[in-house]
Amino acid sequence: MQLSLSAKIIVVTGLVIILVLAVIAIFAPLIAPYDPTIGELSERLKPPCWQEGGSRDHILGTDTLGRDVLSRLIYGTRTSLTVAVIAILIAGSIGSLLGITAGYLGGWVDTVIMRLTDLAFSFPTILLALVLAFVLGPSFFNIILVISLVLWVEYARMARGEALKIRGMDYVALAQVAGCSKIRIMLRHILPNVASSLIVLATLQVGMVIVLESSLSFLGVGVPPPDPDWGSMVAGGRSYIFSAWWLSAVPGVAIVITVLSFNLLGDTLTEYINPSLRRQGGW
Amino acid sequence: MTEAVLETKDIKKYFPVIKGILFSKTTGWVKAVDGVDLYIGTGETLGLVGESGCGKTTIAKLLLMLEKLTDGSIIFRGRDLKEFTREDVRQYRKSVQAVFQNPLSSLDPRMKVGSIISEPLIVDRTLDRKGVKDRVTTVLEAVGLDPRSAKAYPQEFSGGQKQRIAIARALASDPQLIILDEPISSQDVSIRAQLMNLLKDLQDSMGVSFLFIAHDLATVRYLSDRINVMYLGKIVECTNREDLYTNPLHPYTKALLSASLPHDPDSRREGDVLSGEVPSPLNPPTGCRFHTRCSQAMPECSQTDPVFKEVQPGHSVACLLYQ
Amino acid sequence: MQRYIVKRLLQGTLILFLVSIIVFLLGRQIGDPVALLLPEYSTEEDRIRLTEQLGLDKSLPEQYAIFIWNALQGDLGNSIRGAREPALDLVLERVPASLMLASIAVFISLLIGIPLGVLAAVKRGSLLDTTARVLALLGQATPVFLLAIMGMYIFSVQLGWFPTSGYGRPEQFVLPVLTMSCFMVAAFLRLTRASMLEVVDSEYIKLARIKGLSERNVIWKHALRNSLIPVLTFMGTIFGRMISGAVIVETIFAWPGIGRLAYDAVMQRNYPVLQAVVLFIATSFLVINLLVDILYAFIDPRIRYSQ
Ligand SMILES: Nc1ncnc2c1ncn2[C@@H]1O[C@H](COP(=O)(O)OP(=O)(O)OP(=O)(O)O)[C@@H](O)[C@H]1O
Ligand code: SF4
Ligand SMILES: [Mg+2]
Repeated sequence: MQLSLSAKIIVVTGLVIILVLAVIAIFAPLIAPYDPTIGELSERLKPPCWQEGGSRDHILGTDTLGRDVLSRLIYGTRTSLTVAVIAILIAGSIGSLLGITAGYLGGWVDTVIMRLTDLAFSFPTILLALVLAFVLGPSFFNIILVISLVLWVEYARMARGEALKIRGMDYVALAQVAGCSKIRIMLRHILPNVASSLIVLATLQVGMVIVLESSLSFLGVGVPPPDPDWGSMVAGGRSYIFSAWWLSAVPGVAIVITVLSFNLLGDTLTEYINPSLRRQGGW
Repeated sequence: MTEAVLETKDIKKYFPVIKGILFSKTTGWVKAVDGVDLYIGTGETLGLVGESGCGKTTIAKLLLMLEKLTDGSIIFRGRDLKEFTREDVRQYRKSVQAVFQNPLSSLDPRMKVGSIISEPLIVDRTLDRKGVKDRVTTVLEAVGLDPRSAKAYPQEFSGGQKQRIAIARALASDPQLIILDEPISSQDVSIRAQLMNLLKDLQDSMGVSFLFIAHDLATVRYLSDRINVMYLGKIVECTNREDLYTNPLHPYTKALLSASLPHDPDSRREGDVLSGEVPSPLNPPTGCRFHTRCSQAMPECSQTDPVFKEVQPGHSVACLLYQ
Repeated sequence: MQRYIVKRLLQGTLILFLVSIIVFLLGRQIGDPVALLLPEYSTEEDRIRLTEQLGLDKSLPEQYAIFIWNALQGDLGNSIRGAREPALDLVLERVPASLMLASIAVFISLLIGIPLGVLAAVKRGSLLDTTARVLALLGQATPVFLLAIMGMYIFSVQLGWFPTSGYGRPEQFVLPVLTMSCFMVAAFLRLTRASMLEVVDSEYIKLARIKGLSERNVIWKHALRNSLIPVLTFMGTIFGRMISGAVIVETIFAWPGIGRLAYDAVMQRNYPVLQAVVLFIATSFLVINLLVDILYAFIDPRIRYSQ
C-alpha cells in the first residue's frame, strides 16, 4: 500500500531517530565523553553549556555527584533499549506461544490462558514491581521479569485471535491430513502466518516498555544505582527542581522523544501493514 | 466392482447446536451426515453429488479423520478405523490425501511450493532429503508444472496452477485414495477441462482411487465410475454413471439432471425443476426429506421415511415410488 | 445466572487463596522477622519469647494457617515501624484519600475524554481531530512521573499557583488530579473516537438518519450510547492502572493514600504493612471485577464471552 506523504515523513523521521538511538546505545562507550558512574564532586551541579555558568566540558551539565549528564544520558539509552529488547523478546515468545496454543487447541487450555490474560491485564503493574523489588531487591532481572509479566498478555491475545482465524484455513486441515503433529502445525503453519502482526506489535510496545522501565527506575525499584538510567535520572533531579531543572528535564525529554518515535512508527506501520491489528484508537 | 479401498457403514455426524453463552445448553443437532454407506473401489472414481449444505464436505472430513464420527464405521482396506494403532494412523495419513475447493486457502502463503508439496513426505520420514527432492520434481512434472516452481511461493501462481500444486501435494506420498472436494468449482470454465483431464490422466497412470465431490451432475460425469446423489445428509440414489444419466429414478436426481442440461429443452421434463429452499438439516422434514420439494410427492411421503435399497441390479434408490 | 456468580465467587476465592500464600511467603522471604522486630539490645530470652509469640517455631503450613486465621479476623499484624499500629488500620486509614483522588480523576477524564472523542470522530480529519491525536500521542509518550514533575515545575515552581504537596485543601488536589487524569483522558478519547466512527457508519445509525432524526440527536443520543460499550469495558480493566498511577502520583505529591503507603512500606521494608496493602488491593480488585462481570452479564452477555 502507498504511504501518504505525511506518513512517509513520520516513518522516516521515526526511523532516523530510532537508528540514531540504536547507534548511541551500541557505541555508548565510544561516544560518551565521561564515565557515567564516576563524578567529580568539585564539578557538581554545573548547568548546561548554553546556561550562564555552564561550560563546554559538560554540554548538558553535571548532576549532584558531579557526573556528566550527557554521558549518563548516553548510557541510559543503552539501558532503556536493552531492557526493551530483552523484555519484548521474552514476553513476545512466551505470549505468542501461549496465544497460539490457546487459539489452536481451544477448550480448557484456551479458557485457562485467557483467564490468565484477563488477570494479568488488569493487575497493578507498579505494585507488582514494588513487591518483587521488596523480595528480590531492585535489579536488572527484576525489571525484565516485571515488564515481561505485563507484556506477554498483548501477544497472547493477538496471537490467539490470529490463530483462531488461521485454524480454519484449509492448509491447516491439510497439514493434519498429511500427518503433521499439533506442535508442527503450530510452529510451521500458524506461527509464520502470525509473525508479521507480532512484529508490528513489538514495535508498538517498545514505547510502552520504555515508559514502564523508567517509571520503575524512577521509583527506585528498577535499575539499581549508580547505573545510568533515564527514569532514575529524573528521580535524582526531583529534589533540585528549584535550582537545577535540567537534571530532570534532559532525561525527561529523551524519554518523550524516544517513546514518541517508536509509537508513531508503530502506529503508522500498523495502519499500512496490518490494519486489522489497529488498536482501538484507529488513528 | 473392484476390491474396496475404503467403505463406510452407516456413518453419522451430528453437530450440536449450542445456545447461550454463559450457560451453554445443547438445544438440538445438525444432522449433517445421517447414515451414509459408501464404497470406493481400487482405482475407481466415486462421484458424490448434492446441493450446497447437504453434508458432502462433512463426509470428506470424516474420511480424512478431521472430524470424529458420531456413529457408524469407516473401513479402510478391510479394517475399521476405530481399531487403528498409531502406526496404522500414520500409514492411513500417507494413503489418503485430499484436494479442497479453494486453492487460496489450501496453500500456506508462508511456505514455498517445494515445502508445501514435500510436507507429507517430511513428516513421514521414510525418504531422505534427496529422495524427497526427487519426488517433488516428479509430482510437479506429473501435474504439468516446471520443477523450478518448487522455489516459488504459491502467491506467484494463477488459480489453475495453484490447484495443480494442491494436486501435486496430494500425490506426493503416493496415496491409494484422494478425496477431491469440489476441486474445480472455484476455477474458470477454461481451466476446468484442463484440470479434469489432468486428474483423469493421473488416475490412469497411478491407479489411485478418487472420491470426487461436486454440487452438480455435469461435473462428476466425466470422471466418475459410479455416482452417489446426496440430499440433506442421506444418499438418495446410487448407480453407475451411464445408468444414472440415462435412467435416473429418484425425483431429486431427475431434477438435478434437468438443471445440469439447460441447453436441451427436450430432455427437461415438466415439474423436474428444483424449486424452493433446501430445508435446514437442523429440522429436516419428516418422512422423506425431499417431500417438501418433490414434484411426485404422495401423501405418505411426509410420514414414511423411504429405505435405501437396490431396486434394479446395481441401482439403489431411497424413494417410496419404488418400494 | 446464579450458577455463574457462584462459579466466579469460587474462582475469586481460589485466586485470593493463591495471593494469600504469596503474601504469606513475602513475609518469610525477607529474612528473620524476629531480628527486624526486636529492639537493638535484647537478650536471647526475648528472642525466644518473640519467636514463640509469632509462632515462628511452628512448621510453615501451621504458620500459614495461623496467618489466615488471624487475617480472617482482621488481624494482619502490626507495623514494624513507628507506633506499631495494626497494619490493616493503616491501610483503611489511607483508603479515603486514594478513593477521592481516583474518583475525581475518573470523573474529570470522562467529562473531557468522551465529548472530545465524539467531536474528533464527528469532525474527522479536522484541526480538532488532529490536535486531539497529537495530544493523545503525547499523553501516551509521557510517563506519569514526568507529567507530575513537569506540572510541579510549571505550576508550583514557576507560577506558584498550587502547592507541590499535601492533602486536604482544594488547591492541593489540582496537580495530583490533573496528573492522574491525563492518561485516562487520552485513553477515553481514543476509545470513544474509534467506537463512534464504527457506530456512525453502522446500518442502525443510517436508519436513524433516514428516519429524519436531527443530526445532533443521532450523534449525541443514538451513536454515543452505542459507542460507550467499549468505554465501559475499559473501565473494567482500569483498576490496575489506577493503582499503578496512584503509587507514582501519591509518592510524588506526598498524598496520604494507599499507593504511597505501599511505596513507603517497600522502602522501609515494613512487611506487615505491605502484606496488608497487597491483600487489600487484591480483594478489592477481585470484588470489583466480579461486580463488573455480573453487570456485563446483565447488560449484554456477548460483550465479554464471545470473541
Ligand atoms: N463444524 C460444524 N458445526 C456445526 N455445523 C456444521 C459444521 N460443519 C458443517 N456444519 C453444517 O453441516 C451441514 C453440512 O455442511 P457441509 O459443509 O458438509 O456441506 P457441503 O455439502 O459440503 O456444502 P457446500 O457445497 O456448501 O460445500 C451444513 O448445514 C453446515 O451448516
Ligand atoms: S419418497 Fe415421495 S417425496 Fe420422497 S422422493 Fe420419493 S416421491 Fe418424492
Ligand atoms: Mg463443501
